[in-house]
Amino acid sequence: MPAGGVAPTLHKLEYILRRLGTSLFVLLGVSVITFFLARVVPTDPAALYIGPKARQEDIDRVTKQLGLDQPLPVQYLVYMRELARGDLGTSISTKRPITQELADRIPATLELLFFSMFFAIVIGVPLGVLSAQAQGRLLDVVVRTLSIVGVSMPAFFLGLILQIIFFRNLDILPLAGRVDGDLRFTHPLTQITNFIVLDALLTSNWATLKDALLHLILPALTLAAYPIGLIARMTRAAMLEVLEQDYIRTARAYGLKQHLIIYQYALKNAISPTLTVIGLTFAFALTGTFFVEIIFNWPGLGLFTVRSLLNLDYPAIMGMTLFGATGYVLINLGVDVLQAWVDPRVSLK
Amino acid sequence: MTTVETEATRTWRHILAVIVGDPLALASVGVILIFILLAVFAGQIAPYPDQGAGKTNASNTMHPPSAENILGADKLGRDVLSRIMVGARAALIIPIFVVLFAVLIGAPLGAWAGYKGGWVDEIIMRLTDLFLAFPSLLLAMAIAFALGRGLDKAAIALIVSWWPWYTRIARGVAVGLRERYFVEAARAAGVRDVVILFRHILPNTISPILVQATVDMGTVILAMGGLAFLGLGTQPPAPDWGLMVSEGRTYMLNQWWIATYPGAAIFIVVLAFNLLGDTLRDIFDPRQYK
Repeated sequence: MPAGGVAPTLHKLEYILRRLGTSLFVLLGVSVITFFLARVVPTDPAALYIGPKARQEDIDRVTKQLGLDQPLPVQYLVYMRELARGDLGTSISTKRPITQELADRIPATLELLFFSMFFAIVIGVPLGVLSAQAQGRLLDVVVRTLSIVGVSMPAFFLGLILQIIFFRNLDILPLAGRVDGDLRFTHPLTQITNFIVLDALLTSNWATLKDALLHLILPALTLAAYPIGLIARMTRAAMLEVLEQDYIRTARAYGLKQHLIIYQYALKNAISPTLTVIGLTFAFALTGTFFVEIIFNWPGLGLFTVRSLLNLDYPAIMGMTLFGATGYVLINLGVDVLQAWVDPRVSLK
Repeated sequence: MTTVETEATRTWRHILAVIVGDPLALASVGVILIFILLAVFAGQIAPYPDQGAGKTNASNTMHPPSAENILGADKLGRDVLSRIMVGARAALIIPIFVVLFAVLIGAPLGAWAGYKGGWVDEIIMRLTDLFLAFPSLLLAMAIAFALGRGLDKAAIALIVSWWPWYTRIARGVAVGLRERYFVEAARAAGVRDVVILFRHILPNTISPILVQATVDMGTVILAMGGLAFLGLGTQPPAPDWGLMVSEGRTYMLNQWWIATYPGAAIFIVVLAFNLLGDTLRDIFDPRQYK
């Protein structure tokens, strides 16, 4: 396999273009499925769009407005036209556009997702490497136990346990929320990006920065438990496979230092399979926020979704479903493109 | 046809031998069986079956674990142990049926796609792509919500979200078998496609699907617990582990037993299925069929 050159680059480009095409098709399909869930599955969508206290004249008005008296294909086109305009409808409970509601909450959730992915990689990858190095020994058994516990623990249960241990018993971490309410008065934060950690950094608000980071630890760890387990297992398996290969044996025979072999040569090739689970990890983390954000009273997309469920806020739920699925498709696309870039073997498939 | 059957029997014997030889897998099977028995006979063996089903006992509210209530009582004075036993039906038995139905829908579709190839394959597989484009729990949540809440709706939602995984695996196996001699011979002899599918293709998908189904059981139980926690599954006063955690959540810091024991029940059962799944996965790696 030649490194670089014209042909492999073309293959790569073709692969990426083809992958883009598939994603577009999938996104279209996603819109069809959410359309069905929003307009076809419920017996009276108009009533759902107004909420529990619907009056008949409102129902008639919304039936017209949503075009529910039209044939299904026409309804779908209207639905798509609204989507193209970025219109996901209006929330029943807050009466504000759902796009706005989502946009307001994205920073909080992204901040949480970012830190949980950070924990997942920083803890998961080394655990997997250590486990592979100690194959069959005590350390390996401990890591494998930890990772299977990580993937077996319901997030809504783990969060509660961490709160008991670190808030009630040890009293070293805050119970819930993004930042201590008092700080708003003692160290008011200038909002620039709505990412509290980032804003605090940009404005040198150290008290808020420290407090926000402390608030992030428990929810991010709760959300990271499953990804840590998954990544540790993937990394372990990939490392074991790579460590058996000839070039590693050659490196050993040359007397290269162990840590150089592991981290410089082996891990580089073992990391590629781990990349593929990032999409899956994102899917898990996104749905995980439903539980983590409600337990840690974290004002993001998850908490919004759960509140919408309780308020029977139909448009909000459907908007969130479409948004989450779109995000998932795009993340998977990004991961595949990234992999095609990093791993020359991908484009040859 | 006889060869297929002996092959299947041999596979089962092999699975059994591996499980019996692996203490962890054996213990997992034991734990799962115990929980299934608790669920099935909850009406007979639960200390307070009526409280388990939802009858309140106001004089006993928030009672800590004691001789009368081994695992304590909840806000409405109901025995937590009894509710865990009765709740196991929704939390454990229903997910088993969810996976079973997802397999019954997904596997034949996938086998058909892989065996026929061409546009049949294309349509079925693009359809699975669409369903797999959603994070499973998000799709299940949206469907359960669209159908209106309830245990039956949650179960349907989970089946709709999970069948495509088995379609993929069965297709992979079927593609590999399509060109094999015994299938070609059957086709040349004029055996109908449906018969080939059910006699020759599907039996061979059983072992990889069984492994995947075992591995998935944990995820589906977690998903069911999640839907129940969000109020989309079992409706009160009926019990369900996820719902019990949600009900006890507010009292977690002081009356910890209300949420901890049902949460632990989910964890133990999921752990058992994952350990068992790991052992089975070592025997046949379903990934090799992809």
